[in-house]
Amino acid sequence: MNNILNQIGIENYIFLSVILFSIGVFGVLYRRNAIIVFMSIEIMLNAVNLLFVAFSKYHQDAQGQVFVFFSMAVAAAEVAVGLAILVSIFRNLGSIDIDNLKNLKG
Amino acid sequence: MSALLIIFCVLAAITLSTAFLTVFSRNPIHSAIYLVICFFSIAGHYLLLNSQFLAIVHIIVYSGAIMILFLFTIMLMNLNKENEVHKPRVTRLAAVILFCSTCLILIAIFVNSKPIVGEYDATGEDFQSIKKLGNVLLNEYMVPFEYASILLLVAMIGAVLLSKREKIEK
Repeated sequence: MNNILNQIGIENYIFLSVILFSIGVFGVLYRRNAIIVFMSIEIMLNAVNLLFVAFSKYHQDAQGQVFVFFSMAVAAAEVAVGLAILVSIFRNLGSIDIDNLKNLKG
Repeated sequence: MSALLIIFCVLAAITLSTAFLTVFSRNPIHSAIYLVICFFSIAGHYLLLNSQFLAIVHIIVYSGAIMILFLFTIMLMNLNKENEVHKPRVTRLAAVILFCSTCLILIAIFVNSKPIVGEYDATGEDFQSIKKLGNVLLNEYMVPFEYASILLLVAMIGAVLLSKREKIEK
């Protein structure tokens, strides 16, 4: 398993991560349901994590993987607070359609 | 075509297709299920890169904690209906154009920087076992590690405060 990047190639991981990140961007722009928008943000974070691990393997360095741990901790905190905000929005407005949140538009 | 490349292609196909299905399915519960499959296939990628500890942590944190939280919220809000209105056509078209251009620009950047990316040479040195990772995490990254614990504590308090039902004042 030591020569995996010789067999697969770092380019394939780059392409996979780029497409996954773009799917995340697409989901944020395409959907109106705020929960799906959160899921798309998770997809984007995962794309970046995957590229971190691939380059950590490429450079034979553990620091990239340690950074992925911190990224996971931040993702967990972000999801907890974000879903709490969504729950309170749902209590106040009765829906989580992000196009309805226009109170600050003026 | 080696066996590893075939495994990689299958995993990549699963990852990308389930990510697309997450975005496109009408029912939020189906989206969450597809996202779980997507996360499992990403854990498979980590295993393929021989970082077992990260794969296990990924499964526990993402497929375990985060997705349970998502499913719990969806069921709490009773959202498993398929009555979501689409965005306006212009916005959807803009989203598709932005998706294509993001892909194109990022891939073009990476392809053009290929001469700088050299050949991979494996030294055979162990760098991603749990022992090494723990050493790096608790020696070099001690302070960020403690900050991460404070961040999680603050996030927990914030989530409880935000989702607590406020008393109705009379």
